[in-house]
Amino acid sequence: MTGTYLGMPAMPATPRMPAVPATPEVPSFPEAAREAVRDGVLRANLRHATHTIRDKRARAVAELADWDRLRAAGRAVKDHTLRHLDRYLLQLEEAVTAAGGTVHWAADADEANRIVTDLVRATGEREVVKVKSMATQEIGLNEALEAAGIAAYETDLAELIVQLGHDRPSHILVPAIHRNRAEIRDVFRTEMGRWGRPAPGSLGDDPRELAEAARLHLREKFLRAKVAVSGANFMVAETGTMVVLESEGNGRMCLTLPETLISVVGIEKVVPTFRDLEIFLQTLPRSSTAERMNPYTTMWTGTMKGDGPTAFHLVLLDNGRTDTLADETGRQALRCIRCSACLNVCPVYERAGGHAYGSVYPGPIGAILSPQLRGTARAIDASLPYASTLCGACYEVCPVAIDIPEVLVHLRERVAQGGPATRAGIRVTLRPADGHTAERAAMRAARLLLDHPGALRAGERLLARARRLAPRRLPGAGRAWTDSRELPTVPPESFRDWWAARERSTPR
Amino acid sequence: MRAALFVTCVSDVLYPRTGIAVVRLLERLGVVVDFPAAQSCCGQPQYNTGYRYETEPLVRRTVRAFAGHEYVVTPSGSCAAMIREHYPRIGRKAAAEGRGSELAEAAASLAPRVYELTEFLTDVLGVTDVGAYFPHTVTYHPSCHGLRGLGLGDRPRRLLAAVKGLDLVELPGAEECCGFGGTFAVKNPDVSAAMGTDKITAAAGTGARVLCGADNSCLAHLDGLLRRTDSPLRTLHLAEILAATEEEPPS
Ligand code: SF4
Repeated sequence: MTGTYLGMPAMPATPRMPAVPATPEVPSFPEAAREAVRDGVLRANLRHATHTIRDKRARAVAELADWDRLRAAGRAVKDHTLRHLDRYLLQLEEAVTAAGGTVHWAADADEANRIVTDLVRATGEREVVKVKSMATQEIGLNEALEAAGIAAYETDLAELIVQLGHDRPSHILVPAIHRNRAEIRDVFRTEMGRWGRPAPGSLGDDPRELAEAARLHLREKFLRAKVAVSGANFMVAETGTMVVLESEGNGRMCLTLPETLISVVGIEKVVPTFRDLEIFLQTLPRSSTAERMNPYTTMWTGTMKGDGPTAFHLVLLDNGRTDTLADETGRQALRCIRCSACLNVCPVYERAGGHAYGSVYPGPIGAILSPQLRGTARAIDASLPYASTLCGACYEVCPVAIDIPEVLVHLRERVAQGGPATRAGIRVTLRPADGHTAERAAMRAARLLLDHPGALRAGERLLARARRLAPRRLPGAGRAWTDSRELPTVPPESFRDWWAARERSTPR
Repeated sequence: MRAALFVTCVSDVLYPRTGIAVVRLLERLGVVVDFPAAQSCCGQPQYNTGYRYETEPLVRRTVRAFAGHEYVVTPSGSCAAMIREHYPRIGRKAAAEGRGSELAEAAASLAPRVYELTEFLTDVLGVTDVGAYFPHTVTYHPSCHGLRGLGLGDRPRRLLAAVKGLDLVELPGAEECCGFGGTFAVKNPDVSAAMGTDKITAAAGTGARVLCGADNSCLAHLDGLLRRTDSPLRTLHLAEILAATEEEPPS
């Protein structure tokens, strides 16, 4: 697809860079992964969880005879919406406003955080309950609220575990996937009491017991909270309807009990019509939880007298999305419906764990989304496009057919060679990321050698003659290979030489 | 029938036995084999690492080397996928950058003529039983580019199952990547080795003596890991098994 992509209408006159979330000290992917690979408990937890869900997903998807068509339809709806994003966002704003809601536009994380903080302050409240939301994690809303003296309580079970454990989420759908039951019990025992109703002293690590402790702890918060903050899985432009899919019902409590509801949603989450949901309500649950249908689907349109929140605010978040939209190859990442299927099949994610990706978006989708939303200037973002073997398992399962390997290679080009990109609405030419000079020289040398078979042959002969001198451990970049693997032994004769000798002895 | 062999740079230098096996196998099946000496590397390492411009001369060279050959056969799923899938993409990008349509046209002319070995055997020659003899227990690892990139399906397994004396055992988690991934193996060595170790552990658990694959790069990585263990398992390229007969067992 070509053509002009317009994302967020009315960009601010002075463009601002999307704020980089608050962890500047994140190590590069290979560094962080090294630690994770050595952590046997983490690897076992991840392996167990991802293998269970991937098998179930495959069965749930196989039930639908028209899966391929649903996948193509989902992709088409998303592409169409992205192509006309400015129009659909304006239509959405109109519909939400007509239904009694208020729409706010946030160009970046800081602006979104400021808007939400001001809205909460205006209610006079000092605490909010939260529905699990990737967008608010992306902008670091909880931290921003805390800095303003407002406590934000996560109510999704896994998110609660992460929050109580002073931890970071490591999976889109199951943020505490890296934790096992015993670890969760310990977190509940030591931390719950500091924030509200404590866990019973006798708490064991049976999942039912753990869930019950969380239920009682959270109930107290739901009944007290006057303000809730959510995200949304979808926004319907024609009706102004917000849609949240969840499994526990805690989200529905947040979406219906409080007086004020504030939803922070990425601009790419809009779909044109209510009818379009037909596709995603089939593909999302099957891809994410391997269920035919998720237990709770909550939809709301503005406000309704005598039912649910009396004030509804929608904060539309750009934070690098319009820039991503401007990139022809990379923009397909915006089709993502955050199902997490790609994480669950990714062999790299399974070994490296979610934290290694240095972002709230881990796994294959994180590897293509973060370097686009945040740019490739930091070491972590420059290393993410390389955090894949390009095995293609992620593309195969993606319900909106994002060609993740294609985007990875595209972003590797940006890192290694530089090239055009859009930052804060401005077309720029990026320079290669730091640290690629030696690699570039090696690639050039290899190319020159490979493009001159005469030189190649001479090189081969040299290699063959030197093969007895081959050390078991190589220096420099080669060490990464020989640290864990043997080098192949170089045979005395290359294929080329064998062929030439044969041609000489049996001329045809 | 005439076919040109694209041996690949890895097999040329490190695994000449594979190329020799392809020649013997194809000749046994009545194919006249050519080896255009101007061939070199397909450019996969450069392209996959982000050096598209460095790849372009290699695309040109490969296209030129095989101009005029109706069938190009290669014993590497990933190199076949590179030519079939990525050459046209590289050509399109060059055209989009205003550098003319020459590369795109060249890529489009070569791509449909390139066959991975098992595709050539089953689809073009129409054989499943290639008359091979290999009396060992074998397990097969389908490399990702063959599996998902080319969609080789059960072609390799069908060919192996027809080999006399061969006992084919299923590899648990076969469709999972071995962790080689080109420069991934050196850029992310720890994850790469962890993936490869899981793969060889699964393979050793089958009781097989031979871990067979159709991509020497993946096999080099797995073999490199195996040689740090005392496992009796060894790696072997599919072509070498298919080329083996009672008179000429693999070396
Ligand atoms: S990229 Fe695809 S598979 Fe991964 S989370 Fe997004 S929609 Fe799901």
